[in-house]
Amino acid sequence: MTLLPFIALSVVAIAFALLLVLNRNAVHGALCLVVNFAAVAVFFLMLGAEFIAVVQVAVYAGAIMVLFLFVLMLLNIQGQEGGLEQKPRSQILIAAVLGILLLAEIGVLAPLAAGLGGAQAAAVPADFGSPRLVGLTLFRDHLLAFEIAAFILLAAMMGAVVLAKRRLA
Amino acid sequence: MAWNAPVPFASWVMLSGVLFSIGAVGFLIRKDPIIMFMCIELMLNAGNLLFIAAARYLGIMAGQVFVFFVMAVAAAEVAVGLAIIVAIFRTKSTIDVDEMSGMRG
Amino acid sequence: MSDTLFTWIASLVKAVLVFAVLMSLVPLLIWLERKVVAWMQQRIGPNRCGPFGLLQPMADAVKLIIKENIIPAGVDRVTYYLAPILSIVPALAAFAVVPFGEPVTIFGRTVALQVADVNIGILYILALSSLAVYGVTLAGWSSNNKYSLLGALRSSAQMISYEIPIGLAVVSVVLMAGSLSLKAVVDLQRDSGYWLVFPQLISFIIFLIASNAELNRPPFDMAEAESELVAGFHTEYSGFRFAMFFMGEYVNLVTVSALATVMFLGGWHAPFGLPEIPIVWFLVKIFAFIIFYMWIRATLPRIRYDLLMAFGWKVLIPVGFLNLAMTAVVVTLAADRAMPLLTAVNVTLAVVVGAIIKIAGRRVERRAPRLAPVPEAGG
Repeated sequence: MTLLPFIALSVVAIAFALLLVLNRNAVHGALCLVVNFAAVAVFFLMLGAEFIAVVQVAVYAGAIMVLFLFVLMLLNIQGQEGGLEQKPRSQILIAAVLGILLLAEIGVLAPLAAGLGGAQAAAVPADFGSPRLVGLTLFRDHLLAFEIAAFILLAAMMGAVVLAKRRLA
Repeated sequence: MAWNAPVPFASWVMLSGVLFSIGAVGFLIRKDPIIMFMCIELMLNAGNLLFIAAARYLGIMAGQVFVFFVMAVAAAEVAVGLAIIVAIFRTKSTIDVDEMSGMRG
Repeated sequence: MSDTLFTWIASLVKAVLVFAVLMSLVPLLIWLERKVVAWMQQRIGPNRCGPFGLLQPMADAVKLIIKENIIPAGVDRVTYYLAPILSIVPALAAFAVVPFGEPVTIFGRTVALQVADVNIGILYILALSSLAVYGVTLAGWSSNNKYSLLGALRSSAQMISYEIPIGLAVVSVVLMAGSLSLKAVVDLQRDSGYWLVFPQLISFIIFLIASNAELNRPPFDMAEAESELVAGFHTEYSGFRFAMFFMGEYVNLVTVSALATVMFLGGWHAPFGLPEIPIVWFLVKIFAFIIFYMWIRATLPRIRYDLLMAFGWKVLIPVGFLNLAMTAVVVTLAADRAMPLLTAVNVTLAVVVGAIIKIAGRRVERRAPRLAPVPEAGG
């Protein structure tokens, strides 16, 4: 985990995040987000979270973004939105100011956080982030949360089915 | 500064923060609810990145497990959210967020 | 030569070799498919170019490459160019974790016959297979053609749906092996003496059906459905880009067959105590699977789209979950006797269900009115 690959990948991640926001075409935006997710997955690998990295690709890039593309195509509204200038100028201005404030806040907080977590990576066992360790932590320490997550998914599934179902006469 | 120096924790916080801010600004300036939705995903991912980095720098697995939960919730949220967008498109035949003012009274 | 350098060079050589073999298999498979399907339909198949028509795919490839690349008006350029590449890359990349032989010793160093033995190999393959949908989806969307878009919509829904049964089938195998490494799955089958196709017969059947849907092959070729959608997602593609879709399809076929071989048929090991010949048995099994898929293609008609989705969600996924639960219970409670127990249960279930389907099918056949005889072709 050295500085050069970190900076190179950061540039990619940030550039594609910006492209998502500034792109007029929603499908292109979705693809930019996929590239951003892929870059984040590589970050996860660099940080020793191999299981989460693969899940990131499978869940975000493989399922969630395909769902987005599917809906975009279903509604087929390409080119309907005129990009940035459709929102009132004042709103964009306020958004920019808020964004800069947020960035500044993070810029101030980051050094403080560094003191919190230790500037350098902790020494971790070789299997840190392996599926085995993730599974053990998940099912030993966070079993209740896991069950709740299962219920959330079930509820979401039923909600999506009910919402998307055409009214039966 | 050497190129092969280890990455300090503060850099991860910055990177995550920048990604989060881009997502937040994008959410505010776009009109297409699907793109706004994608910006939310971007913000969630920035949070995930920070969780994973913290897990690595503190040497505890809880951060990675938390990201696992965030992903589960994100999947649920996308399924419901997109279903809502499709339902709105069916009834109003537009998905312009500024048109969705039916709750204003 | 240092160890790191050797590892790098070995990996590079393996990657290039696998790439070359996969790519040169494509024309052979195209020829094989045309021949096999032709024989099953009592035709001759290609027989003009070279011995047995073997050079026909070469001729087709040359034709496609020198053909004009037509780019229709109104296509979305970036995605239109990107789509064929995206349909071939995941298939090639997935092969990286497939082991095809025992480790060999070269220059006094052991080299695994596998491009990369990652300990999350199976997850890696699942992740890549979930990316395969982008090629088809983007091709259909960017073509600016109603038929293409319909094909893309169908296939994206189909591929997301059928990933789930594949995942469930694979997870059952992972439970048996206790590892996500494909090498460990093969080792388990060698050490226990059971090919997983018997204790995991249900998973195997689910995997075969669902992977056929993932491959977009008949009878699940909703994305291209010639008789309904012209050519579906690749209607607007011509020349070399069209050829790339073909290459992607066949590389995918090889990858899926290799995966089925590794997970269910004992990988590269010889069956019935026959002598072990490196790689040969692996290729034999892969080709058995490939010909099986061609057989299915020649036999079954395309099924209706809503039936396809209903089958995936209402049959394959519940059965997959039940099988996963059963496997988990048996592996937890009787780890040392899991193999024979599961074999008995699975084979019994398969026989019973097969008999029920057979009887029910006969009853339906008796009740349904016969199809009207085809009138004599006149004039």
